[in-house]
Amino acid sequence: MDKSLLLGDEAVAQGSIDAGISGIYSYPGTPATEIMEYIQSSSVANERKISCIWSSNEKTAMETALGMSYAGKRAMVAMKHVGLNVASDAFINSAITGVNGGLVIVAADDPSMHSSQNEQDSRFYGKFAMTPVYEPRNQQEAYDVVFDAFDLSEKYSVPVLIRITTRLAHSRSAVCRNQQLPEKKFNLPDDSKRFVLMPLIARRRFRILLENQEKFQFDNRITRYNFFKDAPERKLGIIACGIAVNYLLENFNEVELQYPLLSIGAYPFSKDIIKDLVYRCEEILVLEEGYPLVEELLRGIIDGGRKIYGKMDGSIPRDGELNPDIIASALGINVRKGPPVPEIVKMRPPSFCNGCGHADMFRAIIDAMKPFGVRGVFSDIGCYTLAALPPYNFINTCVEMGASITMAVGAADAGFFPSVAVIGDSTFTHSGMTGLLDAVVRNSPVTVIIADNHATGMTGGQKSSGTGRLEDICRGLGVAPEHVRTIIPLCKYHDENVKIMREEFEYKSPSVIIATRECIQVVARKRKEEKKAKTE
Amino acid sequence: MKQDIILAGVGGQGILSIAAVIAVAAIENKLYIKQSEIHGMSQRGGDVQSHLRLSDKPIHSDLIPSGNASLIISVEPMEALRYLPWLSESGWLVTNSNPYINIPDYPPIEKIYEEIRKIRNSLIIDADKIAKDCGSPKSVNMVVLGAASPFIDIPHLSLEKAIRRMFLTKGERVVEINLKAFRNGRKNSIDQ
Repeated sequence: MDKSLLLGDEAVAQGSIDAGISGIYSYPGTPATEIMEYIQSSSVANERKISCIWSSNEKTAMETALGMSYAGKRAMVAMKHVGLNVASDAFINSAITGVNGGLVIVAADDPSMHSSQNEQDSRFYGKFAMTPVYEPRNQQEAYDVVFDAFDLSEKYSVPVLIRITTRLAHSRSAVCRNQQLPEKKFNLPDDSKRFVLMPLIARRRFRILLENQEKFQFDNRITRYNFFKDAPERKLGIIACGIAVNYLLENFNEVELQYPLLSIGAYPFSKDIIKDLVYRCEEILVLEEGYPLVEELLRGIIDGGRKIYGKMDGSIPRDGELNPDIIASALGINVRKGPPVPEIVKMRPPSFCNGCGHADMFRAIIDAMKPFGVRGVFSDIGCYTLAALPPYNFINTCVEMGASITMAVGAADAGFFPSVAVIGDSTFTHSGMTGLLDAVVRNSPVTVIIADNHATGMTGGQKSSGTGRLEDICRGLGVAPEHVRTIIPLCKYHDENVKIMREEFEYKSPSVIIATRECIQVVARKRKEEKKAKTE
Repeated sequence: MKQDIILAGVGGQGILSIAAVIAVAAIENKLYIKQSEIHGMSQRGGDVQSHLRLSDKPIHSDLIPSGNASLIISVEPMEALRYLPWLSESGWLVTNSNPYINIPDYPPIEKIYEEIRKIRNSLIIDADKIAKDCGSPKSVNMVVLGAASPFIDIPHLSLEKAIRRMFLTKGERVVEINLKAFRNGRKNSIDQ
């Protein structure tokens, strides 16, 4: 069949198309964004009318997918690791309801925090929800596991998690494709009551999930991804999870790996495969990207009786992503080094694009705040967070999606004035609306500035659910109509914008200022597309 | 055959297009390839790099081990220096001479050239000027690729074919502009 050069993200996406999904539900987030984008631009997906519209957030995405699964069709949910926090309520409970059509969730973790606020390891969510988890080792496996994940999901009526990390998500390699499977037919569950999680039913469903735990371990759709390769060495054996095995083998290109190796690509694995290694070797080195999940498990099982090297004893750094050099060092292999980086090389942090509306908006906010003697605002996750850096230095908080508004409310309760939240349009519809309702109910004297660039900018300018609806939403939530104000953040309106901001800061109830100006990147892209359309 | 290449630049300078051209050509030459990219927050005017690995045998790691790259291709001179720890002893560094200054503390450019010249095999070319002179000011990245092409273990005609394929959807004119930029870059490389 075809061989295509695909990112890990794209391999998962192509796998889901070929495995016959009828819908994918997602919210943009690095490093997972390209999964949805690939399907949106796929002609096959278009012809088959695969549902592929961005959801408002990861929770609504997860629930919508569960609804599609309920109706008998295969659905995929894709998100970055912290998105799974948002979707976790739906995810964990979908393990109790079980699925009808196959349901596969992809979580892309970001060790080293290239574009994230933490390094959480989604494998723990799989353990928590007691679902099977795949951790593909390369782009080909990222494609292949999707088929097994859907089969497993339908066989045991359980959602299945695929966990990838940044490096696989954003690295390309050639992928061979399978025969494309047809979509599933519309088909309601035989026992529809199982989706009603009242205690009586939930208890019964939970027991089924518990009973299936051991079956997962021995199902060949799991076991085929976990393999043991013996070698002469008896002093040290190695366990490598997911892509860690590539970094290990990179150090053995010229010589045969002399250590017995257990390579893990699917969970839950049976204790037996661990025993194969443990009985052969005196000491164990555990290599895993993210948190020490297997290492912790292992230290528990053999209770300190055996020397274990890994993240918990400092043999491998506790934070950051893995690479070939880290593993070479852990094994005492000499690491080649090129010349050091000269001292004159300076950091080049990301910054606002030339002509970005957020920059003009922040200049106005900074001036508007001056008479109040307060420096900084509560902010949120998006391009505008860059105002935390010089020359602005005007952001006091950025925690998780939507936190700007509710933290501003809490700080106002504590006497902070003026308590101002700055949140993007997409972040607002993701998780800010409920916080604004809290502000209305409490009659909290906060001002929410919505940085409306008509896009989810940081991840590449995807469509934003709030575009054209923000004023209605804010009024609908109960903000006084005369205190829902719209401004255009341009230099020429600076004085007027500062005045409006000051008026609203002074207002003793919740107010909203929508600073609206389209993302410069999206504008440029649209112009390019228009030009292209004209020439064609 | 086995070659590790680091591509460097600033977000928006087109290093992923360079990577894509080499990747397409590599596939055509039946090589294995892994190419890791930077997406997301780091792209907004920040430094970006791509690890590109070619081999006639399967490749394990998506990342290049330090001291193993035989080539650094950079569209910006300071960015070329950021990845020196990956450069092998006999490796080549090919970079555009024109700085992209979007930070207040950008070092004096002469100091940067000085550091680059300390590398045994380095080549600094004025890719902006070459691109402008041949009427394709936007194809600086293809000029740099052309200048680096003698050090890439893929026939340059394969690279030209890949450029053609890459830009085909944008029309024949765009293809020609990019090919011209590539060829002029290559000419300036070999002449030195």
